[in-house]
Amino acid sequence: MTAAAAHGINGVQLGVVVFFFVVVSIGGFFAARWKRPQSLHSLEEWGLGGRRFGTVVTWFLLGGDLYTAYTFVAVPAAMFALGSVSGFFAVPYTIVVYPLIFVFMPRLWSVSHRKGYVTPADFVRGRYDSRLLALAVAVTGIVATMPYIALQLVGIQAVLDTIGFGGTGSAFAKDLPLIIAFVVLAAYTYSSGLRAPALIAFVKDMLIYLVIIVAVVYVAWKIGFGNIFDAAQKKFTTPNPKTHKVPGSFIPPNQQYWAYTTLALGSAMALFMYPHSVTGVLAARSRRVVRRNAAILPAYSLMLGFLALLGFAAIYSHTSVIGQDGKPNAQLAAPHWFAQVFPSWFAGVALAAIGIGALVPAAIMSIAASNLFTRNIYRDLLRPNATPREEARVSKIVSLVVKFGALAFVLFLDRQNALNFQLLGGVWIMQTFLAIVAGLYTRWFHRWALLLGWAAAIVYGTVAAYRTHSPTVTHFASSLAPFPFTDTKVYIAVSAIVINIVVSVVLTALFRIVRVPAGIDDTVADDFYSESAAEQVAPQDAPSLAGERTG
Amino acid sequence: MTGTSPEAAPPVPARRRPVPMARKIAAGVLVAVAIVVPLLVNTYASEKPRLWGFPFFFWYQLMWVLISAAVTFAAYLLIEGRRR
Repeated sequence: MTAAAAHGINGVQLGVVVFFFVVVSIGGFFAARWKRPQSLHSLEEWGLGGRRFGTVVTWFLLGGDLYTAYTFVAVPAAMFALGSVSGFFAVPYTIVVYPLIFVFMPRLWSVSHRKGYVTPADFVRGRYDSRLLALAVAVTGIVATMPYIALQLVGIQAVLDTIGFGGTGSAFAKDLPLIIAFVVLAAYTYSSGLRAPALIAFVKDMLIYLVIIVAVVYVAWKIGFGNIFDAAQKKFTTPNPKTHKVPGSFIPPNQQYWAYTTLALGSAMALFMYPHSVTGVLAARSRRVVRRNAAILPAYSLMLGFLALLGFAAIYSHTSVIGQDGKPNAQLAAPHWFAQVFPSWFAGVALAAIGIGALVPAAIMSIAASNLFTRNIYRDLLRPNATPREEARVSKIVSLVVKFGALAFVLFLDRQNALNFQLLGGVWIMQTFLAIVAGLYTRWFHRWALLLGWAAAIVYGTVAAYRTHSPTVTHFASSLAPFPFTDTKVYIAVSAIVINIVVSVVLTALFRIVRVPAGIDDTVADDFYSESAAEQVAPQDAPSLAGERTG
Repeated sequence: MTGTSPEAAPPVPARRRPVPMARKIAAGVLVAVAIVVPLLVNTYASEKPRLWGFPFFFWYQLMWVLISAAVTFAAYLLIEGRRR
């Protein structure tokens, strides 16, 4: 019963997964009535949930949004196959990201709240008076998000493969559960907007916490953490008899310190440039909700750290990662480990947690990408006079297009393509950091300098990523490449942002000297501090003021 | 915060009360610590001492998840808590 790659479908696991899927689907459709909007026919309502989410909802929404199904399979997979540098950097990454957002996200929230910005590109357009720069930010966001959605499907596939789908049989039958799941997801995202993933995130996050706590208790009592570390240490310090190389790193050696640090820092800087993260933040009710969440979201990082260690647990348990197609796939390490060591019903809960973990981010990502399209391509370039109702309609349709695009991506292209684009997406999205984050503090940078800096960095990052290779993969083998003019391997996105900054600074100085028009700033200093009406007044003052207003 | 009569107050100011510089600096230092220290890999890339079977590299970083959260929360209190 414990054979991980048992052929045939495990009925108990399937039943549990289907149960939770039905529960969240009902919740998704019901979400349209949640917090009773007068109508869903605007991007404010459909795309940002009315900017009404408080501390708790925002916590679940952002947690559900940032820790995706792909995270749940890829991080333990990296730990299982390659060790710490590839996998455990996710922990310092998610440690560092929250102090970072504590610093700059409240400013983005405030200016977006005051000016009605729905996307980061809206802000860039208002701040720099440049539709072209906004278009660059929007297109980068959309292009980086698409493969990310596709990877959520890869996460669901790992779950389905563990249950026993796939292998032989027609391609259509093999992928039918995936198609059904995505059609239902598309339908309730269409009808409920951001409220759907916000509601589902409760179920998702509760399940994930439950599963991780049980797994940690199991490892601590039945296996012992010392043993899983010993097993991992043995694996990563024993050279391969043929190549005489170790398969990975147990603890990063000297020459990989910069790789580890830049992966953590670069990923942290990039994370909140992704449109879906910005959407989650802008949906918060107030600036304080954003700050407070920066202090309480690290609970997820702790969960992620233990999840990563399940990759080592799979090493200890000699978990098979042979998929239904008979080929080894490290991404099956975590799901197979659950199926191997737990009874079917609980393995089903774990698989459901991963599967639902795909639905929340996929919904928010598709909403964020369609908001970008609607605001910064459709409205800014094609239909300047689009009404809110028209914007919402376009966004809803685009969210369907985006999702089915991702589905087609996964069904018809090799999975390696999705991984390559995801790697590139991280490098690309990082290049919007300068325009957005520097713009929150200073208007010194020139719009054309930022655009050219962005372009130079995109070109460098793409070429550098393309040229990485390994014995098995000829291109896009790694997110690490030597920092220009050195031998030190660092995260490509970090090298690229350095190039981005240098080009932008030099050209800004030049454009200022020759007085190239800088455009008109639509924001004033005060906008970056604005509070929502509910939080403008200290609570002890509130009753009298409230009385005044109503009386 | 005290002494102003609500009746005389102008329409609710859109801008929050400014945070004193000392509090801003203290919060800034705390946040800088929470960002920089977890990235100094050379300070923790070692196996020993182990704690409950966890090599130093792993338990130290997990510990920093908690420290960083506490430090960020302290910064939150410095900047926002005063207005409660």
